Amino acid sequence: MSEAPSDIEALIALMARLPGLGPRSARRAVLHLVKKRGQLLTPLAQAMARVGETARECLRCGNIGAADICEICRSEKRATGEICVVEDVADLWAMERGQAFRGRYHVLGGTLSALDAVGPEDLRIPQLIDRLAEENIREVILALNATVDGQTTAHYIAEQIEGTGIAVTSLAQGVPIGGELDYLDDGTIGAALRARKAF
Amino acid sequence: MATLAVTQLQLSHFRSHRRLSLELGGRPVAVYGPNGAGKTNLIEAVSLLSPGRGLRRASADELSRRPEALGWRIGATVTGPGGLHEIDTRAEAGRPRETRIDGKAMPQVALGRVVRMLWLVPSMDRLWIEGADGRRRFWDRMTMSFDPDHGEAVLAYEKAMRERNRLLKDMVRDPAWYGALEAQMADSGARIVAARQAALQRVMAAQEAAPTDFPISALSALSPEDDPADRSEDLADRLARGRARDMAAGRTLSGPHRADLGAVFTAKGVPAAQCSTGEQKALLISLILANARALAEDTGAAPVLLLDEVAAHLDEGRRAALFDELCALKAQTWMTGTGADLFTDLRDRAERLEVTERGGESVVTRHG
Repeated sequence: MSEAPSDIEALIALMARLPGLGPRSARRAVLHLVKKRGQLLTPLAQAMARVGETARECLRCGNIGAADICEICRSEKRATGEICVVEDVADLWAMERGQAFRGRYHVLGGTLSALDAVGPEDLRIPQLIDRLAEENIREVILALNATVDGQTTAHYIAEQIEGTGIAVTSLAQGVPIGGELDYLDDGTIGAALRARKAF
Repeated sequence: MATLAVTQLQLSHFRSHRRLSLELGGRPVAVYGPNGAGKTNLIEAVSLLSPGRGLRRASADELSRRPEALGWRIGATVTGPGGLHEIDTRAEAGRPRETRIDGKAMPQVALGRVVRMLWLVPSMDRLWIEGADGRRRFWDRMTMSFDPDHGEAVLAYEKAMRERNRLLKDMVRDPAWYGALEAQMADSGARIVAARQAALQRVMAAQEAAPTDFPISALSALSPEDDPADRSEDLADRLARGRARDMAAGRTLSGPHRADLGAVFTAKGVPAAQCSTGEQKALLISLILANARALAEDTGAAPVLLLDEVAAHLDEGRRAALFDELCALKAQTWMTGTGADLFTDLRDRAERLEVTERGGESVVTRHG
């Protein structure tokens, strides 16, 4: 016999498919929602329905917004001639939290992976190349993960842009702010040393 | 000189060992008992305190005690020049292996920075006469003992190569995609070649720097015969020029993944593959000892050594010489053998563990 009514079991099964949640934590979360029906469950259901209705991918950069063209792409202030290429929308949001970059973004939607059958045509690389001329881009900043797939994708994009006169840069790698050298791995220390700058 | 040693070892549901708790000093450890009692299982557990799949190259699931198959755990305290570290490595049934060092989740490669370890097992007896894979693995372990980051370079290279091989098999003809992967392979490949070469030089120098009763060999890097590429060429260029040939073969034919380790018995001028079985074993022991001496000089402590069934294959004189060299190195060496008499020459210089089997379970008894 099931522990919870089938509707709730179905909700638990759905929640358990979310990143960071397993069957147990999903069960706890659903139980909490049911207990806090007025304060949490109903507003959450309404908010999810609204997001389900309005959320869409920006046709230009791939960001998630409420319109066909997202706020960043619509803003003239963000037309700085710099475009930051990221793997995923979560990376874009992380960059925005830092408030250090005031240009525009381009979300690839993944990285090249022959083993996972993800090729250039599966990513938004052709759209990126089109944008370079359309938006008078002077610099492409590659903010991709320091993994083999991330760096392969970075090399691929750099090769596509080569010869256009557009600068291609990548994020620095090294000591994080507030980081202690003693806790860094040897590779990161090596990268930081190679990228040292005048004090 | 400091000693790098496993000073505490706990096993839970690891192969034939249901539960085991040992306290050890830094002395050699003689493990003896009848065939099938669980001696090699014990030193295999120690081998998993270093990166990789251990001395039997087993998957996480294979290490679980049967029939329960609940998963397994190895806990250890390691002391050395870098201080004391607590290692916990385990796998629950059907789950991948997890490793914690001093309570923090770490990737396996981090173990290489805490425990330097070398081993010699009976399956390596045919190392010089079988395929290059085994020799390359032996060479990479030797290299990783000097440069723990070598493992990461190998993983990055292999990942990029697997991707390239997939493109080759699928007959993809996108030069930019190949170029991007080949740039990755060239970068990690250059690090692999340099680290392997440095390790060779270091071991050869250590062989000649100290008197030893074991034969000396001249080591060299070899290329396979079907890789005719100009080796002075940059790897990225070599890979780019070899794309058509590689596509026909469906795999990457050039690069450090195809390198081989050559050894020549110096005193006779004969390649290791043509030496007698006993000489081949002695050459391997000699290399392990030289590697350990070099590490002791470089890091301030000899590595942990695991020598499975090594004593039985040596005559009495050689065996005594091996024990003397190991004790002089101050290396915590775990040795297995079927009888206590094999370790008589160690006298009080070793800890003795007798392993027997009772009701399908290994029982470890300490004798001094």
